[in-house]
Amino acid sequence: MNTKPPLSPIKTIEFRDVSFNINVIPSRVIVSGISLEILHGETLVLLGRSGSGKTTLLRLMNGMLLPSEGHVLVQGRSTAAWDPIRLRRGMGYVIQDAGLFPHFTVAENVALIPTLENWDSSRTAGRIQEMLQLVGLDPREFAHRRPRELSGGQRQRVGVARALAADPPILLMDEPFGALDPVTRAELQREFSALARRLGKTIVFVTHDLREALLLASRIVLLEAGRIVASATPQEFLRLDHPEVRAFTSSLAMTPGASA
Amino acid sequence: MTPQMTTWSFFADHRAEILGATLDHLMLVVIAMIIAILIGVPLGMFIVQRPALRAIVLGIASVFQTIPSLALFGFLIPIPFIGGIGKRTAIVALVLYALLPILRNTYVGLTGIDPAVLEAAEAMGMTRAQILFRVRFPLALAVILAGIRTATIITIGVATIAAAIGAGGLGTFIFRGVALVSDALILAGAIPAALLALLADFLLSLLERRLKVS
Repeated sequence: MNTKPPLSPIKTIEFRDVSFNINVIPSRVIVSGISLEILHGETLVLLGRSGSGKTTLLRLMNGMLLPSEGHVLVQGRSTAAWDPIRLRRGMGYVIQDAGLFPHFTVAENVALIPTLENWDSSRTAGRIQEMLQLVGLDPREFAHRRPRELSGGQRQRVGVARALAADPPILLMDEPFGALDPVTRAELQREFSALARRLGKTIVFVTHDLREALLLASRIVLLEAGRIVASATPQEFLRLDHPEVRAFTSSLAMTPGASA
Repeated sequence: MTPQMTTWSFFADHRAEILGATLDHLMLVVIAMIIAILIGVPLGMFIVQRPALRAIVLGIASVFQTIPSLALFGFLIPIPFIGGIGKRTAIVALVLYALLPILRNTYVGLTGIDPAVLEAAEAMGMTRAQILFRVRFPLALAVILAGIRTATIITIGVATIAAAIGAGGLGTFIFRGVALVSDALILAGAIPAALLALLADFLLSLLERRLKVS
């Protein structure tokens, strides 16, 4: 496998003038006029308040929603043309409550996609070990536990391991650390930031926490009321002069002990 | 002789008859429950996939439950193939009664699953069938079983009335006891029926607890 960065950036995901409305009367516009290129290997953070359309963009990427107007291209092909199952199997997905299967052990949860893809059992078993070690859980201690026997942070680690198990090129994360206590959250953010750099995957990360965005992002895209209002590297982002950007940076400054 | 003593001596004298009626009764209940489960659980799974049919199917099942049981047995008698006098008609009526709790609990169990679990399943690329059989169904099993337990207890009770259309079982003693104003006869039907219901409740709740997840 070629691990060198590609010479010209490859567009892994592309939004071409995408709108999404819900067909009620009067129809509600959720996101509109979205044009966005997500490049191979970048960690793109979608930042915005609740209801700004972040999760909708994520669900447009894995075909759980299809655009009302425009096209979402994944690896050059429109999500409407993809077989939704194949599309999603190529995208790891991590959500706030982890969504682990309560009737599966940790190992069975991690093995979900390899099992559905009919990997042979020794390859799957090896992968479970590898993934649990990757997210900092000792397989001997955790493989046979049930999700209810884990802390919130441990559950989220298993969620990440499950998402990565079949080695998908793309990782979608919807506020994965949002429900954790501040100490655990900071711990997972630090570890995940190092992991993301090591994995070289294309990662789309949804959050409403600017601090988290600054820590993880190679690029931050700010959404406001269903539109993109800013797109910048973390360094540039803090210097942007847009009211919604300032709303976010001032929230950062208000936090006691913040260096900003 | 005190009434208690007549009852006890009646029980002692008619042991074999009471046991036979209890087994008849149990057969009616078991056959009706097997059929009701074979219809109710798949139908419940089906209406999860077809929300448009949900109201209709649950509505029809509810209507059967509102018909007084004696009347339902009566209505079935003139219907060809499923009707007539005897066990077959009784089983049809018992199935109709048992259907609603099974159907409703199957539906509720399958739809009452943590949305985060279902979202993750869908987003990870599981097909609808995989989500149904590997996620929804195992997680709904305890709730479905609770419906089966309710249905079994109802069926044990309603099956006593099946004696009115010649289906046999413990109701035979009760109807005869009412006609002859004999407490002993009524109790010979009612006590085993109550014991059956308690036993079924106990055993099925044990199973239910074992299947409960999280």
